[in-house]
Amino acid sequence: MTWIGWAQIALVLACVVAAAIPLGRYIAVLAAGRITVLAPLERLFYTAAGIDPAKGQGWRAYTLAMLAANAAGFVLLYALLRLQGGLPFNPQGFGDLSPWLAFNTAASFVTNTNWQAYGGEVAMSNFSQMAGLTVQNFLSAASGIALALAVSRAFAKGGVQDLGNFWADLVRVTLYLLVPLSILVGLAFVAMGMPQTLSAFAEATTIEGATQMLPLGPAALQVAIKHLGTNGGGFFGANSAHPFEGPTALATGLQIWAHQVIPFALALTFGAIIGDIRQGRALLLVMLGYVLMATLAIYASEAGGNPLHLALGIDAAQGNMEGKEVRFGQALVALFSATTTGASCGAVNAMLESFTPLGGMVPLFLIQLGEVLPGGVGSGLYGMLVFVLLTVFIAGLMVGRTPEYLGKKVQAREIKLAMLAVLVLPVAILGFTAVALVLPAAIASIQAAGPHGLSEMLYAFSSAAGNNGSAFGGLTADTPWLNTTLGIAMMLGRFAYVVPVMAIAGSLAAKPRALASPGTFPTHGLLFAGLLAGVILILGGLQFMPALALGPLAEHFSLLAGKTF
Amino acid sequence: MNAYLRPAFAVVGMATLLCGLALPLGFTGVAQLAFPVQAHGSLLERDGKLIGSMLLGQQFTGDRYFHPRPSATTEADPAKPGSTRPAPYNAAASAASQMAPTSATLAKVLKERVAAEGAAPVPADAVTASGSGLDPHISLENAARQVARIAAARGLPEVRVRSLLAQHAEGRELGLFGESRANVLVLNLALDDLR
Repeated sequence: MTWIGWAQIALVLACVVAAAIPLGRYIAVLAAGRITVLAPLERLFYTAAGIDPAKGQGWRAYTLAMLAANAAGFVLLYALLRLQGGLPFNPQGFGDLSPWLAFNTAASFVTNTNWQAYGGEVAMSNFSQMAGLTVQNFLSAASGIALALAVSRAFAKGGVQDLGNFWADLVRVTLYLLVPLSILVGLAFVAMGMPQTLSAFAEATTIEGATQMLPLGPAALQVAIKHLGTNGGGFFGANSAHPFEGPTALATGLQIWAHQVIPFALALTFGAIIGDIRQGRALLLVMLGYVLMATLAIYASEAGGNPLHLALGIDAAQGNMEGKEVRFGQALVALFSATTTGASCGAVNAMLESFTPLGGMVPLFLIQLGEVLPGGVGSGLYGMLVFVLLTVFIAGLMVGRTPEYLGKKVQAREIKLAMLAVLVLPVAILGFTAVALVLPAAIASIQAAGPHGLSEMLYAFSSAAGNNGSAFGGLTADTPWLNTTLGIAMMLGRFAYVVPVMAIAGSLAAKPRALASPGTFPTHGLLFAGLLAGVILILGGLQFMPALALGPLAEHFSLLAGKTF
Repeated sequence: MNAYLRPAFAVVGMATLLCGLALPLGFTGVAQLAFPVQAHGSLLERDGKLIGSMLLGQQFTGDRYFHPRPSATTEADPAKPGSTRPAPYNAAASAASQMAPTSATLAKVLKERVAAEGAAPVPADAVTASGSGLDPHISLENAARQVARIAAARGLPEVRVRSLLAQHAEGRELGLFGESRANVLVLNLALDDLR
């Protein structure tokens, strides 16, 4: 670790927070329907849909609308991938995807997971990338943000049924937030070297006379929304490690900024919607604290190098370089890896499979903690609010008072639903991993021998259920069994989580909002932030400790003992 | 149910037209006008022929050239359908080694590469495969170790190769971001241009 490395980390995070403050307020204004620059275009959407954007929806109608939109997105994307060979903008002549892979990919992009069992430049036509995957990058991100807005509104007032209109939220977030930001960030990416063309691959003849096929395509815009929407699905197989997808260190820094800024901003949007910005600030503080600790852990582990390899006579100065690019440096790799897994993005600028055992365990653990640090766009905020409710409940138990959050009484119904939501992740992750580890068809996909093999499988299902999308890439994921079960885990992680959360929102919205009294437990201070951080660690993380002990931790101690597999 | 399905398909359909076609096509036009070189992949030509991209690494094996990092990319093996064979710097299919930190295979490969590199300690980038398999850069330490070999192969004084390296070395961006490095293709083109 070097001071110049920490300066890079500090500067990127400072830019994130500095931009999140105005952006958070802007999203609150946008959510109130007070931005109307593109009103005619907006109306076109509403007319085609036959809906009235001013008509509010209760939690059931709002959730059903979200599920319907995602189902429609799934059907269209699946059809498009299955028919790819006959569709336009396919200069490389890629064929149709197999049913398993198309199911997995459609589930992946609709749920904002963006797990990829294919390599972009060997399987996807430009049409699939643009009209299929890019569209879901926008819509899955906008769905998440819309849900977060609905949940925020539940806390804003007392005795209401109406959580907003899903269609209006979806269209407004897309038109006024995601599209303009992705154009700006996308142009910056092109300037830094990312291609944006519809040409076929170019054939080059190298100086030494070999031929090299240069993969080209409309990458920059898709990469912009891939980060801004915390989607994470790469245009190219190597994701942001690819020199066309992460051309410079500055580009990788901008990508980190892009996948952090909206999740952090939404914490402040929450504060603005409920009319108490300090509450949003407390959430942001917890998120930022975890990001810093995780970055420190990865940076220390990777910059120190792999002791097994150093012993062979490799200079320790560059740290562990297997699977890493020269241009980024260990500091930006550490920050990228901590933020992409904390934020449910899943893009990578270095290959996690080859990280040191502890350096690779941190991203895995961040996913398992529930994708709330700061989490995906929208999903991070509503996930965090579930932990907040559990925290006030536990704090209430400790002092023997009825738990309250923002003047809303938190009662048995909300806590049951919150626990139901929190349990989705361990059930999906540990359940599917356990099944896979006894099925020969699934075990055949594991590449690494020893404890790392367990980590590969555990990481895959954590990534899918957490809607992250990053991977320990040694695993051969494009098999019928894994494509199907990972696809199901993604849908459970997204939709089985959202329904109880929206039920909580509906129940809380209907309750009166009491004024704060001297006996109210303040939820904006450091004491509460610390308590919340602890609850996330214990309720989110503890159930994964046995699995982590058998995977990354066992590997770490084997490595220290000089053992290879 | 129709109350949900109609808006769902209408909104997704509209979004496909807007975000999936109009936006990417319009954006492509603007990007190509504003940054024509980058938008087309930062291609490099010599004598009117395409020799590669400034951003994508290439394989060099001759003693007269700087060598890139090891690359883990592969290509389909024509002899054995369904399997692959090593093909370093195959830009049509980016790939990393995806080897675990405790992999015995990786340790064996690294040991062989370190032995081939000469005096220890060897710069890490000289023996490890990158994440993309297409890393265009090497560290300056790695480049410096290759100067003597190149100078001997070309019959040049070492100091000329060393000054060429210094001239093309790239520092941290904005003096802060990333690492200092050298672009192998750029160095090798400059070597060929030396009189």
